[in-house]
Amino acid sequence: MTSVAAVSERSEARVARRERLRLLLRSPSFLIGAGVLLFWLTCALLGSRITPYDPIFDQTSDLSQRPSTEHWFGTDRLGRDVFSRVLAGSRDILLIAPAATLLATIFGTTLGLITGYFRGIADDTISRVIDAVLAIPLIVLAVTVVTSVGSRSAWAVTVVIAIVFSPIIARTVRAAVLGEAQLDYVEAARLRGERSHYVMFAEVLPNVMPPILVEATIRLGYAIFAVATLTFIGFGLQPPSPDWAVQISDNWQFLAEQWWTVLFPAIAIASLVVAVNLVSDSVQQVLER
Amino acid sequence: MSSTEPGATALHVADLDVSYRVRGKDRQVLRGVTLEVARGESYGLVGESGCGKSTAALAIVRYLPRNGAVSAGSISVAGRDVLDLRGQKLREYRARTVSMVYQNPGAALNPSIRVGSQVAEAFTVLGVPGGDATDRARDALDRVQIADPGSVMRRYPHQLSGGMQQRALIAMALAKNPELLILDEPTTGLDATVEAEVLDLVSQLQAELHTSVLFISHNLGVISKMCSRVGVLYAGRLVEEGPVGTILRDPRHPYTVGLLRCIPRGGVRKDHGRLDTIPGFLPSLGAEITGCVFADRCALADDRCRAEEPRLDKITPVHASRCWHHDRAATLPRAEIADLELPAVDRAGAPLVELAQLSKVFKQRGHEVHALTEVSAAIWPGETLGLVGESGSGKTTLARTLLGIVPPTAGTALLEGGELPTRYQKRSREELRALQIVFQNPDSALNRRHSVRRILLRSLKKLAGVGGSVAETRMHDLVERVRLTERTLTQKPVQLSGGLKQRVAIARAFAGDPKLVVCDEPTSALDVSVQAAILNLLVELQAEKRVAYLFISHDLGVVRYISDRIAVLYLGRLQELGPADVVFEGPHHPYTEALLSAVPTVDGGGRDRIRLDGDIPSAASPPSGCVFHTRCPRKLGAVCEETEPPLVEVEAGHHMRCHIPLEELRRLQRAESQPMAPTA
Ligand SMILES: Nc1ncnc2c1ncn2[C@@H]1O[C@H](COP(=O)(O)OP(=O)(O)OP(=O)(O)O)[C@@H](O)[C@H]1O
Ligand code: SF4
Ligand code: SF4
Ligand SMILES: [Mg+2]
Repeated sequence: MTSVAAVSERSEARVARRERLRLLLRSPSFLIGAGVLLFWLTCALLGSRITPYDPIFDQTSDLSQRPSTEHWFGTDRLGRDVFSRVLAGSRDILLIAPAATLLATIFGTTLGLITGYFRGIADDTISRVIDAVLAIPLIVLAVTVVTSVGSRSAWAVTVVIAIVFSPIIARTVRAAVLGEAQLDYVEAARLRGERSHYVMFAEVLPNVMPPILVEATIRLGYAIFAVATLTFIGFGLQPPSPDWAVQISDNWQFLAEQWWTVLFPAIAIASLVVAVNLVSDSVQQVLER
Repeated sequence: MSSTEPGATALHVADLDVSYRVRGKDRQVLRGVTLEVARGESYGLVGESGCGKSTAALAIVRYLPRNGAVSAGSISVAGRDVLDLRGQKLREYRARTVSMVYQNPGAALNPSIRVGSQVAEAFTVLGVPGGDATDRARDALDRVQIADPGSVMRRYPHQLSGGMQQRALIAMALAKNPELLILDEPTTGLDATVEAEVLDLVSQLQAELHTSVLFISHNLGVISKMCSRVGVLYAGRLVEEGPVGTILRDPRHPYTVGLLRCIPRGGVRKDHGRLDTIPGFLPSLGAEITGCVFADRCALADDRCRAEEPRLDKITPVHASRCWHHDRAATLPRAEIADLELPAVDRAGAPLVELAQLSKVFKQRGHEVHALTEVSAAIWPGETLGLVGESGSGKTTLARTLLGIVPPTAGTALLEGGELPTRYQKRSREELRALQIVFQNPDSALNRRHSVRRILLRSLKKLAGVGGSVAETRMHDLVERVRLTERTLTQKPVQLSGGLKQRVAIARAFAGDPKLVVCDEPTSALDVSVQAAILNLLVELQAEKRVAYLFISHDLGVVRYISDRIAVLYLGRLQELGPADVVFEGPHHPYTEALLSAVPTVDGGGRDRIRLDGDIPSAASPPSGCVFHTRCPRKLGAVCEETEPPLVEVEAGHHMRCHIPLEELRRLQRAESQPMAPTA
């Protein structure tokens, strides 16, 4: 009973995977996004080792200098090299945003699995709460949580963003689980006496991974944005961190006199958000083909 | 048949090659297909899934998917070359000359537009002005026997049943009075009784309008009812062609012979012998084939067959076969020879499972849906109870209640005399392992992320309570039992064909040595040759392990083959219960009678067809008295409308729920089959 069809289908699955990778590598938006992302990751990892000046401590006597060959992006009010600070400024955000996204994904996936799998009262209650949370503007919610937590550490920001994002992820996961739980393999598992957590995590979860991955990459883009926004309004990272949003927040009042201290960090944030979105879009396209 | 006069043929396909480009390579799917449909003729194209039937249809209507292309040959419809058409001409051709009706009516209708507008649209594209189009649409729906067309036109597609959707599509297809109507498996998704109605409608309209029809189906029974000539397609090759009667009586290609032998028919039962199968698989997409396309699977194949492709040779002026040995086709050896000793069922002993007065009421937005009403039945060890009835009659609900997935509203189920907890969560491992299920759709039944090995080991762990090397041994044993290879173990479901997947699902159900396995339409997603192999496997396992089956199927030939006894459900009530032969041979309940006569079989019917009018009534408000009275062709009168007949044992082991006494039914049903006898 050896199956010709099965053999070819098997190699077909492998070919399909390779095909997906090839499509990804051929997509210009993926390449650009991944390139920019890789650049900022390298900067974050190497930090002050690659910056021409120390981003925090090198306070030259050249205060508020315009961009020049000496200081490509100029210097700020304390005489720090803006170029060095922009290069080093990716570190905190590239730690916090992915960590927050990961936490949100774990928490949201668990919530989504429970609500989608059990339905009934658990689902109704949790879904109402989720809907209510989603109705509140994100920043208002985050500020409320930060204020009530009373701490302004990087940790607090991470947890706050995770809390705010997990309902969104939960909703996506729930929708996927609802469809999946209708399938007969779930019933077969119940009929051999599996416990609910086994069915949810070992049977259903692997089948809803693609939408979760797509949602997580989308959330990552928003998380970067959220960290920056919170920081800008003073609830996130604090000086003297060279974080981009900290720089903007420090200098925006002096925008007219020293635009370079705001413009370059702002471009950096935008480039990171756009890069993440480019990557997530192309991954999504390839997964959903 | 071979008229050269232009315009005398509705469709002429010559040496048609079609290929699909997949990953940079052209893969040939149709290989030199030649066929002709005369004006007003109905031509059937039959073959297993993947043989190229729909590709042929799409090529003819010029709707091949973007990666498909005609690489050689010609197609002409009503004397006009179709392959040359471009732009406006092509649009004209599709709008006026050909029509196609697809398998899935739901997908062919736009879900967000009212049915009336969609049917009217079929007329406006022909240039009929708006107001007239609506009137014409109403007439068209009337012609396809849709009751109350006015109200149907205001509804959205999802508010129509499958049968009604298909009728609306047929109405649209016929709006332009096409030169050629192509029907691609138009009734495959429908219930037997609805299928019968739709087929009747098509034949009737065809007779009235003299439309030329290309009818595509995998079901030889349907083809034999609908068509005068048939072509058998295998791996993109037309392997046999001729008048339907001739092909069925005297098939001259080993593939056709095998196909006909796979079908359980003529009242064969599992204790008469096993079904024949066609071993092996269809060649993969675009495979290079030298010699006969069927050689890999043909028991008559010799060196010549493998080296040299046979021509489509005429056996008689109207019958052709593409086989070197067509004179010996009938002597094709059987694929499965070993016959089985089936253990006798001892009904004097205690039953394995008893259902006592089971009722299930679903509460739905204030409505009460009576899915099951006081169903009582018993199943003895080692026997098969077949469960039949139209969709919505409660078959699945009955099975799910027994398994503890839906708790009954009233009544109990007993396993070996002990009452079963109503919910599976409350059942012990012993009770869970005793009752298992094989689902209809193996794609949905197997977790696509788990390997076969993981699926089986997990079931062994949970149901048989074994792990480690014991489980390994048991797993290899299971795999061998269901005729899978060890290689399958490392594979995931997507890498397996439908038949192999169903074998995995069966192995999983048997992991804990079950006492009863519910089979809910286990073969209806499979091709007939695969179906035969799966049925054989189920019978083998029954002989070996004395397992009992509760077997649900809408295919009455299959149910008759595998069942010892049959239960007939209608609107959640048991209408008839008795030994398989008695239920099939009659005298039977009027509902069973109607069900049986609805099924188009390869053998054809000697008896006049009884048509069940209308849809099954809603279970939310079942009719008074006998629930079947609204559709019963033998209804007596007021008594049927007022008093529900009790389920009585009319003869030993044969229960029926009808006011007409058995002897009277016997007389009536015999009287009706009499007049046909001399002509048959
Ligand atoms: N969960 C449910 N909620 C409400 N009604 C239901 C539910 N399940 C089944 N029903 C209703 O119960 C009746 C019997 O349904 P069931 O699925 O058992 O029929 P069936 O004979 O198995 O049909 P099919 O052949 O289409 O599977 C139908 O009227 C159906 O609409
Ligand atoms: S030509 Fe040979 S291999 Fe092909 S069907 Fe005939 S006997 Fe079988
Ligand atoms: S009781 Fe009356 S309506 Fe019901 S099946 Fe018998 S004859 Fe028909
Ligand atoms: Mg069902």
